[in-house]
Amino acid sequence: MDLIWEGLRKALELLLTLDPEVLRITLLSLKVSGIATLLSVILGLGLALGVALNEFPGKRLVIALVNTGMGLPPVVVGLFVTVLLWRNGPFGFLGILYTPAAIILAQAVIATPIIAGLGLAALQHLPPALRLQILSLGASRPQMVWLLLKEARLPLLAAVMAGFGGVISEVGASIMVGGNLKGSTRVLTTATVMETSRGNFDVAFALSFILLLLAFAVNALLTHLQQRSGPR
Amino acid sequence: MSRTAVLQARGLRVRRNGAQVLDVPSLDLRAGEVLALMGPNGAGKSTLMLALAGLLQPAEGTLAFLGNDLRARGDREAFRRRITMVFQDPLLFDATVAENIGTGLKLRGLPKEERLPRVSEWAGRLGLGNLLDRSAKHLSGGEAQRTALARAFVLQPEILFLDEPFSSLDAPTREELIGDLGRLLAETGTTAVIATHDQGKAARLAHRLAVMREGRIVQLGGLREVMNHPEDSFVASFMGMETLLKGQVASCQDGLVSLRLRKGPGGREVLAVGEAQPGQTVLIGVRPEHVALSLQTDNTSSVRNAFPGAVIKVIPRGPFYKVELDCGFFLTAFVTAQSLSELDLQPGRAVVASFKATAVHLIRKEGLEPEV
Repeated sequence: MDLIWEGLRKALELLLTLDPEVLRITLLSLKVSGIATLLSVILGLGLALGVALNEFPGKRLVIALVNTGMGLPPVVVGLFVTVLLWRNGPFGFLGILYTPAAIILAQAVIATPIIAGLGLAALQHLPPALRLQILSLGASRPQMVWLLLKEARLPLLAAVMAGFGGVISEVGASIMVGGNLKGSTRVLTTATVMETSRGNFDVAFALSFILLLLAFAVNALLTHLQQRSGPR
Repeated sequence: MSRTAVLQARGLRVRRNGAQVLDVPSLDLRAGEVLALMGPNGAGKSTLMLALAGLLQPAEGTLAFLGNDLRARGDREAFRRRITMVFQDPLLFDATVAENIGTGLKLRGLPKEERLPRVSEWAGRLGLGNLLDRSAKHLSGGEAQRTALARAFVLQPEILFLDEPFSSLDAPTREELIGDLGRLLAETGTTAVIATHDQGKAARLAHRLAVMREGRIVQLGGLREVMNHPEDSFVASFMGMETLLKGQVASCQDGLVSLRLRKGPGGREVLAVGEAQPGQTVLIGVRPEHVALSLQTDNTSSVRNAFPGAVIKVIPRGPFYKVELDCGFFLTAFVTAQSLSELDLQPGRAVVASFKATAVHLIRKEGLEPEV
C-alpha cells in the first residue's frame, strides 16, 4: 500500500513541478496515439462504410477478418511492422524505424480493425430501410452517408474511444518499433515498463497515474461529445 | 378522364437470388390519382414501389417521369428530389420533431428561416404543433408516423409513395390517420401510390387498385370494378368474396344466366345477371354481405336464389357475425347481432340462405385456384 501512496505523491510532484521529461513523454503519448486514432478513424470508418453499404461476394469473410483484427496482439503487430521497416526490409528506405512515425504506424494497424469492426456493427444496427428513406427524402450519396453516420454517432464514438483506449495503453508494439529511446520515442507505457524493471516503483506508479488520467480525460471529452449530441 | 401519365413504367423486371420477383409489363400513374397496390405479403408490392420510386434498379425495364426517361443516374437523382416515400416504420432521425420534418428541405439546401415556416405549417396540419421541440425518440407510434407524413408532405412531392404506412399502428390510431391522410391527399391533389395488404383501408383512399400476386399485377381497375368484377378467383377471394362456386351454364336469356352447380345433390340451379355461353364452365362468387338468412322461403320477394341449409359455425367479426353454412355447397353470410338472436343461429340450425341474381358475380378467368 505504501508503494501506491508513494507513487501517487510522486506523480503529483512530477505533475505539479511540470517535470520536463514527464511532460515530453506525456505529450508524445498523446500525440502519437491521437494521430494513430485519427488515421484509424479515417481508414476504419471508410472500411466500415464500404462493407456496410455494399453487397459483394465474400462480404461475410471480410467481416470475419475485420472482427479477428480487433484482437490483434500488439506484439504481433510490432513484429511485422519492425520486419517491414527494417533497414533491409521492403519499407526500409523510409528510415522511420525507431521514430514516432513507426509507433503511429503500428498503433494505426492496431486501432483500425477495432474502429472498423465496432463501426461496422454500429452501421449494421441501423434499420435497413433507413438508407432508402434518406434517399427518398432527396439526399445525394454523400448526404446519405453523412446522415447515416450522424444517426449512428453514439456507437461510432464508442468505437473511437475503444480504438484510442487500445493504442494509448499498448506497450508491445511501441517498444518494438519505437525502441523506448529517451527524448524521441519514449512514451508513457514504455517508460513505465522501464522504470518498473529498474525498480523505480514510485516513478512507474507516477507514470501509470498520468496514463490513467490521460485516458480518462480523452474519454471524458469524447463521452461529453457523445452524450451532448441529440435532444433529450 | 383526361389525365396525363405522371409516371410510366414499361417492362419492369426485378430478380432476387436468381428468381424473378417482379414482372410488370406496363403501368401508368395518372396525375392526381391515388393508386393502391394490394396483395398478400410477398406479392411484390414493396418491390414495385421501390422500383417506381427509383430506389431499386430493375434488371430490365424503363421508367419515364413526365415523359422523360430516367435511365441516367443523374436523372434518377433529380427524380428522387421530386418524389418522396413513407415506410411502414416511421424511420425518424434521432433529433427533434421539427428537425425531422425539415430534413428533406435541409437536404435541398434551404436556409433555416425558409424551412421553419413550412415545417410549422405541416406540423400543424398533422396535429403536431405542440410537439415541435420533442425528441422523436419520445413519440407514440401515431405521433411518429404523423411526423413521417409531415416530413414527406412538406416537400410537396409530385408523387408520394406510402409503403404499408399504417400497418404497425393500433386500430383506432390507424383509423384516425387514414382519415387525415385521405383529407391531405385530397386537399393537396398529390399523386400517390399506397401499398397495403388489407382491402379495407386502401379502398377508402384509392381511386384505382392494382391487385398483385407473385410479382405480377393480376387486375388493375377502379374499386367497384375490382370488387364486383374480379378478374379471377384469386382477386375475388382477396377482395372478400368468400363463396366461390364452379358451375355450368344451362341457359342464358335476356341477360339472366342459369347455372347448374357442380357441387351438391342433383345439381342445384343458381341465377345470375350477365352474359355467358350455354355449356360453358364458369366460376361464380357471392359476397357474404349479400347473403340473407331466414327461417322459411319467402315466395313474395324478388330474390331469385334461395337454398335451404344448416349452420356450421358462427364467427364474430367486428360489428357483424360471419355464419358458415352448408347448403349442399359452402356458403358464408354476414348477419347482425339482432338477426343472430332472432333466428337463434347456432351450429346445426336449419335456415334458408337467399341472395339476388344481381349479387352473383360471374368470374370469367379461372386459372388460379381460390385460396379460401
